[in-house]
Amino acid sequence: MTASTLPGGLAPRPAAAPRGRILHTQTAAEIRMTLRNGEQLLLTLVIPLVLLIGLSKLPESVVSHSPAIDAVAPGILALSVMSTAFTGQAIATGFERRYGVLRLLGSTPLGRSGLLVAKTLGVLAVEAVQVVLVSAVAFTLGWHPQGNPIWALVLLVLGTAAFSAVGLLIAGTLRAEATLAVANAVYLLLLVVGGVVIPADRLPSALQPLVSALPSAALGQGLRDMLLHGQGLPLGAVGVLLVWAVVAGWATARTFRWS
Amino acid sequence: MVLDDLRLSYGDTRALDGLSFEVPAGAITALLGPNGAGKTSTVEICEGYRRPDSGSVRVWGLDPQRDGAALRARIGVMLQDGGIYASARPVPMLRHLASFYAEPLDVDDLVARLGLDSVTASYRRMSGGEKQRLALACAVVGRPDLVFLDEPSAGMDPQTRLAAWDLVEQLRRDGVTVVLTTHLMDEAERLADRVVIIDHGRLVATGTPTELTGGSDVLAFCAEPGLALDSLRSLLPPGAGVLEASAGAYRVEGVVGPAVLSAVGDWCSAHDVVPRDMRTGRRSLEDVFLELTGRELRA
Repeated sequence: MTASTLPGGLAPRPAAAPRGRILHTQTAAEIRMTLRNGEQLLLTLVIPLVLLIGLSKLPESVVSHSPAIDAVAPGILALSVMSTAFTGQAIATGFERRYGVLRLLGSTPLGRSGLLVAKTLGVLAVEAVQVVLVSAVAFTLGWHPQGNPIWALVLLVLGTAAFSAVGLLIAGTLRAEATLAVANAVYLLLLVVGGVVIPADRLPSALQPLVSALPSAALGQGLRDMLLHGQGLPLGAVGVLLVWAVVAGWATARTFRWS
Repeated sequence: MVLDDLRLSYGDTRALDGLSFEVPAGAITALLGPNGAGKTSTVEICEGYRRPDSGSVRVWGLDPQRDGAALRARIGVMLQDGGIYASARPVPMLRHLASFYAEPLDVDDLVARLGLDSVTASYRRMSGGEKQRLALACAVVGRPDLVFLDEPSAGMDPQTRLAAWDLVEQLRRDGVTVVLTTHLMDEAERLADRVVIIDHGRLVATGTPTELTGGSDVLAFCAEPGLALDSLRSLLPPGAGVLEASAGAYRVEGVVGPAVLSAVGDWCSAHDVVPRDMRTGRRSLEDVFLELTGRELRA
């Protein structure tokens, strides 16, 4: 309102920036928003690291493995993926949908597909930070992982696909406040009885068949099979995660509302 | 932009029912209609955001569904609910969007122009007027050919509204095509080169504001309801008619000149009628809308 006209005028010069630059900008913004948000940091870094340190101090009688960190660290890696790909992404996306952010960005050269790519890359980048930090702390606590780390990364990526699909399914259908409540409640529930940190075979036997079919147990147990017991890629866990990724991904594609 | 026979239903609700019209380039077109008339659905289809059940839209010959990527580089959108990150501040948000375009506007100039240069609050803490000015800035920062504004001045304070109108008029001067939805008559009358009146998902009328409101004048007055108008009709000169638009609100339409004034005056004195709030003038868009749909716009 200070000047009556814009110096250069508003004459149209419409042209999209190069695709790579657009995706890079949006991905960087997604990462920045996650790492600068206090609640997201609590969820993605503080809780996993506190649990990692706390549980590694448990006596052998409780963990039934010595040192405890060998049994705990794989579960914390699984928890990290769950917190970022599922809870964090669902809550952020739910509110972005409510405020029309998804709708607006979808009408720019970024587009809906670009937004999804940037969100996925952002989740993977935040997970990389988590894996590095969790592993570094675990090593200082005396962690000696077994198995092939490449297969562990493959399972982490599959877990990301499964949890992202479920998170976006919730964010694209429920109201933002409901998404916040559900995403947090499911996170807590899975943390305790989802087979992430506490192996499914330590839970009440009535729960075990149900829990084993959850992506949380598949990821947690699959990582323990490899990194704790030195096994190869666990095909059962791969199957469970793939089914969740495909089914929830299909449902998300059909039901997701952008505004 | 050409819209042809658009139909769209949400469940049992028919939002658009065979809507067709054209939007001329380089002009401001206002879609006018009450809430629920189908304005927002229409705009969403033109942006490629929503797919119609049937019918077609072509924007510079492009299909918004099939050629979405090409179209998205050329349009700017202002949403009613903002579409801005709650934690975003004006300049970083605009720089972020600007980076999606090859030749965006200068962000510093744009925020200065809209009085946002001193705003350092995050979006969630901005005033309503600041939020809407930022949403408008987001719509134009990419130097679009075509700008969609959804109820741009709904809830704006008067100062913000004038700033927004000023920017929209500059868009037209600089050759940008503008499509705005509104239910505010003064906004449509002030800005629009072309008005498209929509109700129940159908085209009711289209034309320039002058075409729509021209043709006849009006003399309106209030008096006690239920007056017998036949005697007045016989006094009026040819080309003028009278009706009771709503209880106690009378309207004489046609060529309203001295002959009509004198006829109405004679009739009032003969029948001992005391007219109140008598006014003469051109029909307003509100009058046109009421006449065409029998509904108040604000309803």
